[in-house]
Amino acid sequence: MSAAAGQLSELGHTRVQSARAGAQQSRWSHMLYVAPFLFLYVTLLVYPLFAGFWLSLHKADFFGGSRFVGLENFVRLSNDKVFIGAVGNTFYFILLTVPALAIIGLGLALALNRTTRTAAFLRGVFFSSSVLSVTIVTLLWKVVFAPDGGFLANLFEAFGKQPVAFLSDADLALPAIAITTIWWCIGLPMMLFLAALQQVPRELYEAAALDNAGRWKTLWNVTLPSIRRTFALVVIIEVVLQFQLFGQAYLMTQGGPNNASRPLVLFIFEVGFTRWDVGYAVAAGQILFGLIAIAAMAQYFVARRKEAF
Amino acid sequence: MAAQLASGAVGRRLGDRVILAATIALAIVMVLPMLWAVGLSLKSNAELLVDTNSVLKAPWTLRNYYDILIGSGVFRWLLNSIIVSVGMSLGVLALSSLAGYGFARLEFPGRNVIFVLVLFGLAIPEQAVILVRHQLFSDLDLHNTYAGLMLPGMSAPFGVFLMTQYFKAIPTEVDEAAMLDNASRFKIFWRVLLPMTLPAQATLGIFTFLHAWNDYWWPLVSGTNEQMYTLTVGIASTQMNFAESAGLGYLMAQAVFAGLPILIVYMFFQKYIVRAVSGAAT
Repeated sequence: MSAAAGQLSELGHTRVQSARAGAQQSRWSHMLYVAPFLFLYVTLLVYPLFAGFWLSLHKADFFGGSRFVGLENFVRLSNDKVFIGAVGNTFYFILLTVPALAIIGLGLALALNRTTRTAAFLRGVFFSSSVLSVTIVTLLWKVVFAPDGGFLANLFEAFGKQPVAFLSDADLALPAIAITTIWWCIGLPMMLFLAALQQVPRELYEAAALDNAGRWKTLWNVTLPSIRRTFALVVIIEVVLQFQLFGQAYLMTQGGPNNASRPLVLFIFEVGFTRWDVGYAVAAGQILFGLIAIAAMAQYFVARRKEAF
Repeated sequence: MAAQLASGAVGRRLGDRVILAATIALAIVMVLPMLWAVGLSLKSNAELLVDTNSVLKAPWTLRNYYDILIGSGVFRWLLNSIIVSVGMSLGVLALSSLAGYGFARLEFPGRNVIFVLVLFGLAIPEQAVILVRHQLFSDLDLHNTYAGLMLPGMSAPFGVFLMTQYFKAIPTEVDEAAMLDNASRFKIFWRVLLPMTLPAQATLGIFTFLHAWNDYWWPLVSGTNEQMYTLTVGIASTQMNFAESAGLGYLMAQAVFAGLPILIVYMFFQKYIVRAVSGAAT
């Protein structure tokens, strides 16, 4: 999930406390507890990261051929129209999904923040899509969008309109993927907002009620100001998540038509695993890493500066 | 004044109704794609080829599900998914509990520095390491093995971070009392502290399981042998040659078959799953 940035937020609250009770001695043998994890961490995460930095300075293929080329891969990237297009598509996709996820998620949380059975049932419905894997989600939505016999096509025909080929139209492919993604991901923002709404002190609502404040006034003056920080967090978490768009585009459009729906991660995947231009793909991966790191840093600061919000 | 209050209450109730109706309408939109898929799965492929609107009319058939039962890779993929997801979850729980206890309670040289370096790992996205990792696993001959599918998930530091926090939250008096009874360090960990971390274990276990179950990219490039497909990869492989070979109804039956186990698990453990997913995000 939001692995990367998600937990970085907590970094601020973490201080390794030294000097534990019992005046314990520092011993090498105590390291045995952390050693198994550290071994995997170093070999499968740290080493690949640094080997990647090195590899991105090489022209390397899958068969082990490798030649030092300095920053040539990065120069190539800056001139690669498909790569630039993929970065643009990624930002466009974020623009299509993140505001919608935040606003619909907030709306659902406000509507369903009550203890009735109906509300509990509806919360369950809106979160249910989140547990499905991307391949099932795309399969479902492909038969919604299909121009012949798809759900929407049938609906259009019933109203006497021409069916639209959403996924093979350059202007509609990415929005269609965005709709699929919003449907798939709406559960998380809703739950985060619900958790935040539970934290709003009751006294604030009681005071508002004493002032005879109406629904909108209470929402505007009490509820929304109290969950501003959560709103910022949800936006950043979703930016990090949607940055990593891959499966939906790969399975629904293969990045087409004419590269119109190819996101950054799909570009990396194709260059690395189908063209086997490994050094070039890793270089593109570094750019992604940098962009995500910026968003993760933003999340860290928002999470840490509680009082500023 | 009283009239004003009353009209306010009526307006409030009316507003509630409108909001509820709108939410229910949205919920129907939410489940429509799922219902559409279930409907399609219950029709013969030949009939769907003519008109998919026939979903609304009889005859319906379980033929597609029968076809899955007798001749589809879905069962093998389901088994693979269970093995990989359960294995990865157990691995993460074991490694994270041990390391969490170590970082929270034990002194060893360089502990604080190592812990901070582990925290940096939280910011490394999978996409930045996957190519080198893929080469590494090629060199080690780990592709198309269960270990190869499980190990990458166990290298993520999130679980260690979570468990360290959790162990730290347990008062040290608990350890001290056990130490008076002459219990060894490992015994304190195993018998006294570990049982107290069960809520965190549940959160971490569910989160890891869901992540492994739905992971797509790594199994796609590592488990390339059809016998080693996870459910996610297997279902994806069938939709690449969409509707041409297998038939729409059959494809949808596979999707329903693949989605149902996790939806059933979700129905039973909804509360814990929601807590795990939202807890992990923030």
